[in-house]
Amino acid sequence: MSTTTEELAATSLLRFATAGSVDDGKSTLVGRLLHDSKSVLADQLEAVEHASRRRGQQAPDLALLTDGLRAEREQGITIDVAYRYFATPRRRFILADTPGHVQYTRNMVTGASTAELTIVLVDARNGVVEQTRRHAAVAALLRVPHVVLAVNKMDLVEYAEPVFAKIAEEFTAYAAALGVPEVTAIPISALNGDNVVTPSAHMDWYGGPTILEHLETVPVGTDPTGAPARFPVQYVIRPQTAEHPDYRGYAGQISSGVLRVGDQVTVLPSGATSTITGIDALGEPVDVAWAPQSVTVLLADDLDISRGDLIAPTATAPAVTQDITATACHLHERPLRVGERVLLKHGTRTVKAIVKGLPYRINLTAGLAHEAEPGELSANDIGAVVLRTAQPLPLDAYADSRLTGSFLLIDPADGTTLTAGMVGEAFAAEAEADSTVDDDGWDF
Amino acid sequence: MTTVTETAEGTDNPYALSHLDALESEAVHIFREVAGEFERPVILFSGGKDSIVMLHLALKAFAPAPVPFGLLHVDTGHNFPEVLAYRDRTVAQHNLRLHVARVQDYIDDGRLRERPDGTRNPLQTVPLLDAIGEGRYDAVFGGGRRDEEKARAKERVFSLRDEFGAWDPRRQRPELWQLYNGRHAPGEHVRVFPLSNWTELDVWQYIAREGIELPQIYYAHEREVFSRNGMWLTAGEWGGPKPDEPVELRQVRYRTVGDMSCTGAVDSDAVTIEQVIAEIATSRLTERGATRADDKLSEAAMEDRKREGYF
Repeated sequence: MSTTTEELAATSLLRFATAGSVDDGKSTLVGRLLHDSKSVLADQLEAVEHASRRRGQQAPDLALLTDGLRAEREQGITIDVAYRYFATPRRRFILADTPGHVQYTRNMVTGASTAELTIVLVDARNGVVEQTRRHAAVAALLRVPHVVLAVNKMDLVEYAEPVFAKIAEEFTAYAAALGVPEVTAIPISALNGDNVVTPSAHMDWYGGPTILEHLETVPVGTDPTGAPARFPVQYVIRPQTAEHPDYRGYAGQISSGVLRVGDQVTVLPSGATSTITGIDALGEPVDVAWAPQSVTVLLADDLDISRGDLIAPTATAPAVTQDITATACHLHERPLRVGERVLLKHGTRTVKAIVKGLPYRINLTAGLAHEAEPGELSANDIGAVVLRTAQPLPLDAYADSRLTGSFLLIDPADGTTLTAGMVGEAFAAEAEADSTVDDDGWDF
Repeated sequence: MTTVTETAEGTDNPYALSHLDALESEAVHIFREVAGEFERPVILFSGGKDSIVMLHLALKAFAPAPVPFGLLHVDTGHNFPEVLAYRDRTVAQHNLRLHVARVQDYIDDGRLRERPDGTRNPLQTVPLLDAIGEGRYDAVFGGGRRDEEKARAKERVFSLRDEFGAWDPRRQRPELWQLYNGRHAPGEHVRVFPLSNWTELDVWQYIAREGIELPQIYYAHEREVFSRNGMWLTAGEWGGPKPDEPVELRQVRYRTVGDMSCTGAVDSDAVTIEQVIAEIATSRLTERGATRADDKLSEAAMEDRKREGYF
């Protein structure tokens, strides 16, 4: 019963992602995490044992826990992002389990977009390979705050420290060059369980945390006071009832920062200003609210505000622009071409846009070589995109705000999601070195 | 209350959100996105705990205005009477619109045929799709959770369905950040799952925290049941028990609520919500594994039903 009580007290939530090549043992690691943290229940384990036996395998194949779809089981691959849930006495976890094939960069990007931590898996026998560099680049590009390098299959290299140290050093240097702020390297054997949940008996030389210990203790959430407040209006609440004849509230989820009653705010793109007179936190009036709370904001003045507008403190309001330079990850089989007319969804606003230019495509593996003017971006390509929008948008640089610095490009004909966009330069190290960024007017 | 802790233990951050607050905020955001972008949304409401939590979240999302959607219930004709009574009480209390699509009507006029095993769960798909078409609903909220089942683990929050209601896992749109793309062609609709990231335990803790009333069958009570496929099924008019299935009186409760013919009860003496939460936290079976006969049909039973337009 002690577990129960402790588990119920676990209240913080960590969203993390895993990335690895096909044979790095990622599914085994995920299965091990779920199994050893006792998140796999008897009927699920029974199903895995049954399926493993049917396939002629001796031991239960923990990878089968994460293969959801018939097509995946039949082909022995993972075709899509799968979400897993588990809890320990200290924390709740949401895991975006993304496949590591080259052609599925888009899935890694999808999983990383909401992750606060990503685990990059390498095979100790192979060390840092092209795929590893690609995974590091995706983590850097999506600005995932914490990166874990899991050096797997240590059992196959006699648990030798020099093997681990060399890989950790090479990866950390590469990630740092991309602007990744923090790398935690952990030597593991997912198959045998070394350093996944329980400390390894074979690696006395390693004094750091196991994977699970690290997941349980890494700080979650950013301090909302560190960022200016951003409040995209989702919906206007006007009951027009006898009880609430004049109530007019702006409903939304705070994207970043802190809102307080009394704050002077500007509504964008109109530029109208007012004062916050009330904040309803789902039925309860409060004086202060912060990201990522869903609230309803009341203003002193009767302004023309609707879905798609952004409310921000007047002092730190973003500039609005119709010209966007961004880093794009193209998601769809149909290529994105210069001159294409698309819809751009930013926050709660969707506007028409034209692709004015594709200045370069980045090769994520070969030393981040830039290929100038590729003409189009194909599925899983990452490159720069220049857009002109039909209406001005209040944009932040993605480096400053993952939510108000990101957007989707959508096919206006059939609604397909084409491209994910991040305002500004691709990598932190690059952005710092490039002083022309501020001159373009989109880096606030 | 030891079951609900509001602030994260061991953190000095005054801006930390508890996991329930984070999940609630996310679900409310999803409800408001749909309200802002769709013409005719509807909430699938069965009187089960997940749909009850969905409705509770919708009420909070739009307060003090009423929920801008109606409810849709696909009635298998084998529903628990306590649950139907709860449904009707709730609809009246919040002054909601309720549309009921009845599987029985389809059986009566021959459009559907009763299955040999007596279960009506798979039969819900056709009435559901007809009701969506007739109501011209463009967004349909479901209480599905990704922790329930392997195929659901790959489901999007906004799940595009074609004009036949079918789910094509390869045609799903990538979902990044909090940007949900709900664009669809005429005749298509989007299934929306605000509880995607909740687990069974989250749902129960949230019910406890918010003091949400549930149908009594979720709590331990004495009931006449009989054993089939390792589950306790309720004896009733729907076709059970067979002559070789002896009925006994047991203390049970339901972990999920669905069609009586395929929803099993579990032995339990949990009569309060705290006891229910303690029981779930130590359970060695998933809720579907413990209580749903239809998911035991094959390794891909849920995936196949979803492809055909099921919830």
